[in-house]
Amino acid sequence: MGGHLPVNKTFKLFIGGAFPRSESGHTFQLRSDDGRLLANAARASRKDLREAVRAARSAQAGWAGRTAYNRGQVLYRVAEMLDARRDEFVAVLRDGGRSDESARNEVEQAVDRWVWYAGWADKVHQVLGTVNPVAGPFFNFTYPEPTGVVVQAVPDDPPLLGLASRLAPAIVTGNTSVVLAGEAAALVAMSLAEVLTTSDVPGGVVNILTGDRAGLLPWALGHLDVNAVDLSGAPADLPDEALADAAENVKRLVHGDATAASPSVIAQFLEMKTVWHPIGR
Amino acid sequence: MADPKSDDPTPEFGLDYAPAPESTAVVSLADEYGLFIGGEFVEPRSGRTFDTINPATEERLATVAEGDADDVDRAVAAARTAFEDHWSDTPGSVRARYLYRIARQLQERSREFAVLETMDGGKPIRESRDVDLPLVAAHFFHHAGWADKLEYAFPNRDVAPHGVVGQIVPWNFPLLMAAWKLAPALACGNTVVLKPAETTPLTALLLAEVLRDVDLPPGVVNIVTGAGETGAALVEHRDIDKLAFTGSTGVGKQIQRSAAVRRLPLTLELGGKAANVVFEDAAIDQAVEGVINGIYFNQGHVCCAGSRLLVQESITDDFVERLKARMTRLRVGDPLDKNTDVGAINSAEQLARITALVESGVAEGAVLHQAPCDLPPKGFWFTPSVFTGVQQSQRIAREEIFGPVLAVQTFRTPEEAVEKANNSPYGLSAGVWTEKGSKILWMAERLRAGVIWTNSFNEFDAASPFGGYKESGFGREGGLQGLGAYVRDAEGQA
Amino acid sequence: MNAPTYAPIRTTSVDQMGLEARADELGSRSIKTSSKRAALHLAVRCIDLTTLEGADTPGKVASLCRKATRPDATNPGIPPVAAVCVYPEMVAHAASAVAGTGVAVASVAGAFPSGLSDLDVRTDDIRCAVADGADEIDIVLNRSAFLSGDLSTVHDEVAASKEACGDAHLKVILETGELGGYEPVRRASMLAMAAGADFIKTSTGKIPKAATPAMALCMAEAIREYAHQTGRAVGFKAAGGIRTSKQAWHYLVLMGETLGPEWLTPDRFRLGASSLLNDILLQLGRLDSGRYGGPDYVTLD
Repeated sequence: MGGHLPVNKTFKLFIGGAFPRSESGHTFQLRSDDGRLLANAARASRKDLREAVRAARSAQAGWAGRTAYNRGQVLYRVAEMLDARRDEFVAVLRDGGRSDESARNEVEQAVDRWVWYAGWADKVHQVLGTVNPVAGPFFNFTYPEPTGVVVQAVPDDPPLLGLASRLAPAIVTGNTSVVLAGEAAALVAMSLAEVLTTSDVPGGVVNILTGDRAGLLPWALGHLDVNAVDLSGAPADLPDEALADAAENVKRLVHGDATAASPSVIAQFLEMKTVWHPIGR
Repeated sequence: MADPKSDDPTPEFGLDYAPAPESTAVVSLADEYGLFIGGEFVEPRSGRTFDTINPATEERLATVAEGDADDVDRAVAAARTAFEDHWSDTPGSVRARYLYRIARQLQERSREFAVLETMDGGKPIRESRDVDLPLVAAHFFHHAGWADKLEYAFPNRDVAPHGVVGQIVPWNFPLLMAAWKLAPALACGNTVVLKPAETTPLTALLLAEVLRDVDLPPGVVNIVTGAGETGAALVEHRDIDKLAFTGSTGVGKQIQRSAAVRRLPLTLELGGKAANVVFEDAAIDQAVEGVINGIYFNQGHVCCAGSRLLVQESITDDFVERLKARMTRLRVGDPLDKNTDVGAINSAEQLARITALVESGVAEGAVLHQAPCDLPPKGFWFTPSVFTGVQQSQRIAREEIFGPVLAVQTFRTPEEAVEKANNSPYGLSAGVWTEKGSKILWMAERLRAGVIWTNSFNEFDAASPFGGYKESGFGREGGLQGLGAYVRDAEGQA
Repeated sequence: MNAPTYAPIRTTSVDQMGLEARADELGSRSIKTSSKRAALHLAVRCIDLTTLEGADTPGKVASLCRKATRPDATNPGIPPVAAVCVYPEMVAHAASAVAGTGVAVASVAGAFPSGLSDLDVRTDDIRCAVADGADEIDIVLNRSAFLSGDLSTVHDEVAASKEACGDAHLKVILETGELGGYEPVRRASMLAMAAGADFIKTSTGKIPKAATPAMALCMAEAIREYAHQTGRAVGFKAAGGIRTSKQAWHYLVLMGETLGPEWLTPDRFRLGASSLLNDILLQLGRLDSGRYGGPDYVTLD
């Protein structure tokens, strides 16, 4: 290190476009595979979750109200910024014990994933929507709309590609997200927050909470202003009672693969709206 | 001009339409029905039965088996066997043929089904004849065509049926809801255990006869009648691969609790408290008809009923006056009478629920108006009602009444209309009445509901997806989007 | 000029789908046998028995008038129709034939069926018919002015025609098939009523697009609206293509359900028809005898 001591980062949380400390004041240490201290990260509390959901809710209508073209460009910008900071993410992944090749691979795939979903923004309606030939004098059509506020327990592994594979399809259509990143993925997730904040993603569209994912999930599942919970990275031993609590507001429970890329994944975060309009003079 | 009234010998003619009852002779009912399992009617292992009555007369129609967990187990086993043995390998083109046959049989026997639906459930024959049965046949016919085209319905996916599907249907559209569930399930290659509602099991049992008549292989559809306990046994059964439920939000939540823990694929079509929004620039006379149809169709026993009228303040007095005038022309009474507009309330229990909510509305200070009509002495009836002066906080503005009761509220601007319409945990349907096209689309975009009727209400079609946002459930029924609920990605697929 | 005083009339849009659905629904009402006779008698009493042919002669009109006053020679219980409807040239013949019977004489006038001649010519036409004994005048709305957007001309011509009528009642034919949909028909209805029409009427019977139940409903809703706004009750006349008892029944239901039973009188409701009467007589015969009749058993007049 040549007498130069590294300046370790202190990651806070990412809520409403800002980086507040956890109201709990708790932090945890992120260490490399070989035990070096990499950074301190905030351990989010349920009150942080509440704030994050509030931020996501207030950003939702505006984000969904952007044109699809615009949302596509914002996601593409994320890919650009991620690509520009490729080396940094490779380093982060290597600190997690990955080989250089594997880390480079994952960063490239993650960039690709953001680009791929960016392109879906203005195509989802055409692929998932329909015009329905009803037996009457009506123009009848069905099109997708975002579910609303989504809480996403993102996968630990692969951290960066998993995050891209879950987050991008959720927000591309106009949902806003509260990401719950486990300790293993915290450094990657908070690094991504720095990318998002420089990528024209409006504040509150993505919110990232790190720390005790298993402890926060039951609060998310029981929250009445959360429309859907993505369980793709949820711990297997999530208590039955927590899952059952999702029924309290008939929440959408989303199960999915950590790295799948498909419009079916986008569809998991959508509602279908059908409009009937009479045809006449 | 000649005065026609003087020395006129002919009797005065009013609009005294009169009893024009549909004959019940077309229906041949058995006195007792068993459970339909493995292609035949069998005695329930439970040893229990219950009576189903005509809610318009309170007379017993038939005695029906009440399935218990054992019976459900037997039905699921029959469905599993049918799925494993042959149905999962039956080509789509063959499944299509069965569905087409069912559709044709239903068309041919539609009078019989309509009369029975009205007898068992209390809905006007005009509706069971002109709405329910045509839609039932259409649903089978529409989905028949999908059975051999699934690769086009789900391009770039390798899909497979779930296997055995448990389906629970409500009492408001008994046969139609069964059709909405059965047709896509069978088209996609699933086998089914269906539980009809306790108060309206008969048309499903008559459908069982049709299934037999068209030689649908035994076990592909099994029908287990019963009440809540029977439904719970089906929900809890460990060999079910997917559940579909239509009914109250309360029961739906219980079902979701159970399914969530097991990560069981589930679709729910639950309650609603739909706003029907009338702007001052609407085609007013059609809007009045639409509001009437929105709330009094099927006695208001409709999850998507337009039970909250949001009318622009500038026309409120005039609109309410027209509404009241129109209500005087509603004919309440014998559901079998072809002139009846509003039939019987489905059950004593439902009548009590409606009555209690209406009493709460009066107690909370809303103003109640009721159509002038004579209710029959026997049976379950509720006078078509409108509440004015309703505030957003009152129970009648928030809770699903599921009866012929409309709550009228006002708004000043489109923004306020959207805000009030969306201010509900429900999100099944909504109506918009305005002649301004851009405003229609502006509203449709903002209303958080799965079905938006513009200048229309309570329209349904096999090709049109139906289902809700928020606490009104998830998943769709009808159309391509509805079909998707009955397939999964085949093993090894993303 | 004797135009009625009125506040500015508000008019509303019409939605085709909803209107037609409601009209269809009203067509499926059933009637009990005991009411059927009363309904058919009412329909007879509301008929404007019509002959509007270039080949009409005094003999033809005399025969029509006989039928109008005594629809079934063998059954005096069947009431006379409301009016006979003829061309102006036939009015005097008709007036003498129905004198004292209670049957009114209606005359088309005002350059029927196009209405496209000078207004003075048209009002003279009306005055002559009234002078010859017409109790009711059926004129056509000026569709040319209406379709070119000259609504004040439409209004003023109707008002002038009303003045020319004197004590005779004025029916204004909209010729709905030429107006391009329900929305303009609703506007034209309001305009005609505001200008003083005593009745508004669907069609001349001279073009293929005749009256339909949905069009009648559209006009009935306008009448309801007008009565609501002004307190004045305007009558409705359906004409063109009405041939069967079932159709007549449909119109009666439509009027009763939309405007109320007080509109179910010849003062406020008319059916312009020629062959309808015989179909009603056949139906009444069936009610009396219990057997189906045939065309040889009613008179062709």
